[in-house]
Amino acid sequence: MKFSEQWLREWVNPALDAAALDEQLSLAGLEVDSREPAAGQFSGVVVGEIISAEPHPNADKLQVCQVSDGVDTHQVVCGAPNARAGLKTAFARVGAVLPGDFKIKQAKLRQVESCGMLSSEQELGLSDNHDGIMELAADAPVGHDLRDYLKLDDQIFDVDLTPNRSDCLSIAGLAREVGVLNRIAVTQPVLNRVAPQIDDQPQITLEAPVACPRYLGRILRGINIKAATPLWMQEKLRRSGIRSIDPVVDVTNYVMLELGQPMHAFDLAEIDGVIRVRMAQPEEKLTLLDGSELTLKPETLVIADNSKALALAGIMGGEHSGCSPETRDILLEVAYFDPLSLAGKAREYGLHTDASHRFERGVDFQLQQRAMERATELLLQLVGGQPGPITEAVANEHLPVRQPVKLRKDRLEQLLAIRLPDAEVVDILTRLGMVIEDQGDAWLAAVPSYRFDISIEVDLIEEVARVYGYDNLPVRAPSAAMLIQNRPESEVSLRRIRNLLTSRGYQEAITYSFIDPKWSQAFDPERQPIALANPISADLAVMRTSLLPGLAKALSYNQKRQQPRVRLFETGLRFIREGETTVQQPMLAGLISGSRHPESWTGKTESVDFFDIKGDFEALLSLTGDLANWQFRTASHPALHPGQSAEILHRQQDGSWQSVGWIGALHPQLCKDLDLRGQTLVFEVVQEAVMQGRVPRFGSLSRFPEMRRDLALLVDASQPVGELLQEAWNQGGEWLQKVTLFDVYQGQGIAEGKKSLALGLTWQHPSRTLTDDEINSQVNQVVTAFSQGFAAELRS
Amino acid sequence: MENLSPLSLDGQPIQERVNQALEQITRTGDSQTLDQLRVQYLGKKGELTSLLKSLGQLAPEDRPKAGEIINQAKQQVQDALNARKHAIDSEALNARLAAESVDVTLPGRHSDTGGMHPVTRTIQRIEDFFASIGFNVAEGPEIEDDYHNFEALNIPAHHPARAMHDTFYFDAHTLLRTHTSPVQVRVMENQQPPIRIICPGRVYRCDSDQTHSPMFHQVEGLLIDENISFADLKGILQQFLRAFFEQDLRVRFRPSYFPFTEPSIEVDVDRGDGRWLEVLGCGVVHPKVLEMSGIDPEKYTGFAFGLGIERFAMLRYGVDDLRLFFDNDIKFLSQLR
Repeated sequence: MKFSEQWLREWVNPALDAAALDEQLSLAGLEVDSREPAAGQFSGVVVGEIISAEPHPNADKLQVCQVSDGVDTHQVVCGAPNARAGLKTAFARVGAVLPGDFKIKQAKLRQVESCGMLSSEQELGLSDNHDGIMELAADAPVGHDLRDYLKLDDQIFDVDLTPNRSDCLSIAGLAREVGVLNRIAVTQPVLNRVAPQIDDQPQITLEAPVACPRYLGRILRGINIKAATPLWMQEKLRRSGIRSIDPVVDVTNYVMLELGQPMHAFDLAEIDGVIRVRMAQPEEKLTLLDGSELTLKPETLVIADNSKALALAGIMGGEHSGCSPETRDILLEVAYFDPLSLAGKAREYGLHTDASHRFERGVDFQLQQRAMERATELLLQLVGGQPGPITEAVANEHLPVRQPVKLRKDRLEQLLAIRLPDAEVVDILTRLGMVIEDQGDAWLAAVPSYRFDISIEVDLIEEVARVYGYDNLPVRAPSAAMLIQNRPESEVSLRRIRNLLTSRGYQEAITYSFIDPKWSQAFDPERQPIALANPISADLAVMRTSLLPGLAKALSYNQKRQQPRVRLFETGLRFIREGETTVQQPMLAGLISGSRHPESWTGKTESVDFFDIKGDFEALLSLTGDLANWQFRTASHPALHPGQSAEILHRQQDGSWQSVGWIGALHPQLCKDLDLRGQTLVFEVVQEAVMQGRVPRFGSLSRFPEMRRDLALLVDASQPVGELLQEAWNQGGEWLQKVTLFDVYQGQGIAEGKKSLALGLTWQHPSRTLTDDEINSQVNQVVTAFSQGFAAELRS
Repeated sequence: MENLSPLSLDGQPIQERVNQALEQITRTGDSQTLDQLRVQYLGKKGELTSLLKSLGQLAPEDRPKAGEIINQAKQQVQDALNARKHAIDSEALNARLAAESVDVTLPGRHSDTGGMHPVTRTIQRIEDFFASIGFNVAEGPEIEDDYHNFEALNIPAHHPARAMHDTFYFDAHTLLRTHTSPVQVRVMENQQPPIRIICPGRVYRCDSDQTHSPMFHQVEGLLIDENISFADLKGILQQFLRAFFEQDLRVRFRPSYFPFTEPSIEVDVDRGDGRWLEVLGCGVVHPKVLEMSGIDPEKYTGFAFGLGIERFAMLRYGVDDLRLFFDNDIKFLSQLR
């Protein structure tokens, strides 16, 4: 809500300057968003009167004006279309300084002398209006300083009110608040009841009394809508961000700003019979004041007459029934609409108006009579006419009820950690408009009709705290029972995982949880991703079923910025629909691309391959201390290279193997489609699996020597070596300590279709030295198993 | 020494012979030749050793004197050999060391490491502050239902506060959480006080520009116990902000409005240039919120606070554009690791 400081000070005038007032409001919860001067910096501008305006001899669009400043007459060349004899306007004399330090000097315009300048609102920093020079009132005092005449030494406050404080959406409400904060009196305009001069009265029926329990109408006949809105009113409206339209609309807006009651004026000639406040009929049409044509939705409250909808209740009037320059008779509407019934309605039509903003948050349901009288009074001053009596339709049973609220003194003390003097609490609440009854250990507060936010005890506590000042309340460190939290040691924390990966050169990434459906399809074609109903853009439209598309996109981003070596990981949820349920599963994914090591003087480094990422992943698994419960199984995945991909298996407590992720090279076709350069390796695994570690357990250390035997084997090139290693463990006996694969070779010297393996097996006995015979027998057992199970030949 | 003159080796006076030996030793540049000289003079059949053996040929009264002279000569040669040996060894070592020297200014091998995302780094710092006073970390789903994201937080349908949350929807009841507050609801539904939790995580709003990202991170904190007051809230947050920024910041508590807390507060910190900067929202948990989650609001009170991680990271590390956090540009990330 924007307002003029001067206007506020007409109601309440604390001994604070604008900056202090600004801070005081903010600290009371009425946050001041901005504070600006009501006009630009200028001086030397007076009210001038154009005595004559003649065409410029050398220019079509210019006029030569004789302008009086009350003392002398000055010749001024002016290009404004509205410059005319008799007009009073803003006259910047020679020597004046306009905003932007623009000095007015004597000049010649197309050979004609010009002494000064006639100014538009824009040139004076009043508004953006640059249609012509200012049109001041006919009674403006010629020669008077313009700043003084227009009271421009004013500040415009813009207060960002929270939704609970609808009571402050008016000068009256803000003044009340400032009065409370400074503990000073507030002056209200006297309520003048207007005596009816005619008998005409509208007929009003409340057909939706829950949504509209009170509706007041009054007829004014014979108004002069062409009368000018006085400058003081125009200026107040302008400083509240509202443009002057015509005197009738201006008055309704003025009363809304002053008292907080939105109103509307209908052209009486356009109303057919009775005013019916009802819900919209199916497919009912209405054209609004802004020209938009609506097909009304059900549960939309409208103001209608016998034949049609006239206005969107509490939101905007209709074009057809609005006032026009021809309007002679009007019907003024002042109503109370139920906030809940109006909530969200404007938004449904893509609208947000000053009226809907107020009604949705709550307008004082006792304010209607006063607002009607105030508006009538102002209209009579501005446009004349003859008022009829007020018709009030009211459904009392649907008006809000304000139950008294109890505030326990102990509770107040407990919650604020301070015992405030009773008198201070009572003073605060009373100034806020409440009627307080002291019941000894509690107060009973009768809540005013304009406070929609006070219905329970804590609402009052907040008010006391707020006015007392949050910063003035005590500060303490809470104390609590000291309880040690459980920290299962067998859990591998995400922090350890992050530390390991970052130590291995990975940079953590955070990518969006919603991705491009095309990428989702490319990486996970078998899953239908969960789609957003209102995505922010087409490329962020579905929830990820995998973290890999995001990482691949980040890779692409970096490759396009000359970063060929990328190592990334991410933790986060993937979202998978399983029947009726949505599984939101924490995952861990990694991606590497580019050279194995950063470019270095120590030698050329090769591009990363499968075994780089597998090494990183195995290092990660080593954190679980439980490598025996992990396996990599050759398997194919639509996004991975069919010859370089594996399913990651994790052994469960019941001994079964469960697939918990994938590791491999991105499919070359996918890389091509996504414009990714070079070989890219990825892994993705269920976080829970890699976080299951164990508590380490000591096994006694043997003091006896280790014995090692090396085996050179020849096997089929396609034989997975992992199976042989597993077999070595199975057959090596209980004293086998270590199985090391130290060479894999294929090529010259080895038969086509074969590969050569070199294995080192190490045994050790806990309590004695093993004999050669014992070792030989174990070696034989392993070799036999190799040859029988895997057709492996021992190389000599 | 002049007394030695009667003693001679192959007709040469012993002293001359010694001098000759010393000179030979001095000239020797390798340990092998030096060893030969040792054998020649001091070996079992060495010249000086043999001389000593020939003492028996002297008159008995001359023997002690001659013995002493020969031993002195042997000692002289031995000392020279030792000194030379030491010199040769140390020359060899020096030569080896010189050959082995490296340019220590060359970069080391494979020193690259990655780093954590600044958002994670910031979350971890915040978690650590609160863990140190007994808060546990709680997490919750990101696809939420309307009840936990709004209703249970005292934000019924059409509440004006909903307009402040530009919500991503899947259907009428399912949405992406707009804040981490639903996690507190889920914890309260399953646990009676005392509750001390901190809930970090991703949140989503349908909004995107330099200061808004459709996805960002929040940390929500919740403390519920008997006799928790507004003063406790002020105390904890003041301490936290000073610890986080490592500055004795001026902190201001300003009334605000959130449907799920009352009183509600926005907290500003002094930017140092006389202007205040809003950094977080908080408040005393609204009794309706406690009640809806099955906690007796008469017995227990508590406070909640929520803050934007990216905002804190931006302030702490001087980042000027929110979008940088999600571009995953490794140049950016490696600056803030």
